[in-house]
Amino acid sequence: MSDIAEENPWDALNAKPVDMRAAGWCERRGQSGWNEKDEAELNAWLAETPAHMVAYLRMSHVWNRADRLAALKQPVPDVVSSSTETRKPNFPRRGTIMVAAIGLIGAVAFALLRTSAEENYATRVGGHKIVALADGSQVELNTDTQLRVVSDARQRTVLLDRGEAFFQIKHDAARPFVVIANGQRVTDLGTKFLVRREVGDLRVSVVEGRVRLEAGAAHAKPAILLPGDVAIATANSVSVAKQAAPQLSSELGWRHGVLIFRHMSLAGAADEFNRYNREKLVVADTATAHLTIDGTFPANNPGAFTRLAEEIFGLRVMRGDNEIVISR
Amino acid sequence: MVERSESSRDGADLSIVGIAMTAPDINDWFMRDVLPLEPALMQFLRRCVRDAAAIPDLRQDVYVRIYEMARKQIPYPVKPLLLLTARNLVIDRVRRDQVVSIETVADLEELDMAADEPDAERSVIARQELRRLQAALDRLPPRCRQAMTLRKIEGLQRREIAARMGISEPTVAKYLAAGMYALAEYLAGDNNVGSVQP
Repeated sequence: MSDIAEENPWDALNAKPVDMRAAGWCERRGQSGWNEKDEAELNAWLAETPAHMVAYLRMSHVWNRADRLAALKQPVPDVVSSSTETRKPNFPRRGTIMVAAIGLIGAVAFALLRTSAEENYATRVGGHKIVALADGSQVELNTDTQLRVVSDARQRTVLLDRGEAFFQIKHDAARPFVVIANGQRVTDLGTKFLVRREVGDLRVSVVEGRVRLEAGAAHAKPAILLPGDVAIATANSVSVAKQAAPQLSSELGWRHGVLIFRHMSLAGAADEFNRYNREKLVVADTATAHLTIDGTFPANNPGAFTRLAEEIFGLRVMRGDNEIVISR
Repeated sequence: MVERSESSRDGADLSIVGIAMTAPDINDWFMRDVLPLEPALMQFLRRCVRDAAAIPDLRQDVYVRIYEMARKQIPYPVKPLLLLTARNLVIDRVRRDQVVSIETVADLEELDMAADEPDAERSVIARQELRRLQAALDRLPPRCRQAMTLRKIEGLQRREIAARMGISEPTVAKYLAAGMYALAEYLAGDNNVGSVQP
């Protein structure tokens, strides 16, 4: 007997006392020695509080369900979890041919596009559009955005006139991809990045690869941005900061139609919603504006947000013409 | 006999039809109609509550409320009520806490959807029951698994298990009880419990 060396199996499970007791009762009740006195004891425990009862029912339920395991009996001497699975041989590599075909189509499309001049793309408030460029790059436009694509043999250029776009670029050193906005140039060096144009500044966040940011002022040195970097460029300055991965993915929530707030002020959240909706949220007082929230919301449904403001913060929400006022 | 047991905060009124039952009937009903919904309940709670440690308590509170309601009248259908109760408890909890985690929003719409497919999950569970149980069993800590296997597959009594494993009867009892609990948690979709080594 090695009981002293046995560890308590409960230690690893982090169970509540009520569940431990309930499981204990359940186990005892299934034993042959169970008698009337035990039954009375159990009933007394169950009668103490419904919490005991539901915990006990839950354990009984799983204990009964486990009876089905008896179907596994037959010639099984030991339960062994098999980790080695036999693998079927791979199919012939049809993929290679497909890639070659796509490459060919791409080359043709690319050749055709070489001569094209300027293409316009835009989204309305609340809109979201994905544009596949002929070179295999992809541009994803967020709400209320306008941009132009200009390509020639030497350079691919996007002029971001308004809004925000996410770029996934097929890098080509011979034919750089450049985003121009607010007089700043963002040059792709093999990468995925986000560019957001505001009234006074430009915000560039790098997800993958590298980009070069050249500010408008001629004397400014270009900055190389790496994954996780976020740069904010104004007319005469560029600041670069590191950004945690969750923050970065929150910033890209719009690609899936949601706004993700992490410790965001209510005023900041309202501003974000207002980018996506015609009906504007107005935060009436500073105390309300400074409340912080965490959460994920459908970008095009401020109603879900205001309902929560009402329910959870106990705020007053009033609907006017084309605006919703939130106040204490 | 119609009773609104839990009010929806969305204005989506939920009418609960009730039938009076005796206590043993309530227990049967609870095991037959409520507990099989646990994966859906857990899915809801896990999405709404970031603090995983708070979930078992919330789950218990939901069950207690449902059980108490059933003492007056057995609610039908139970799934929307279960999720609505969960949601109200989550909101109460969020109100108490200072930091607000509001993954809830997206779920409000899903609540209505969930009400429309009451038994879909149950039939899936029924079909996959044995496989799920076996997978759950495999995830138990080794000694718990051995005790559970001897009890449920081999059908041995506690004394025989003790002899086979070379441990005392009270220890076997502990392994079985802990194994039962871990199995419940695993079947509820909580992958963390039961995979821990003892």
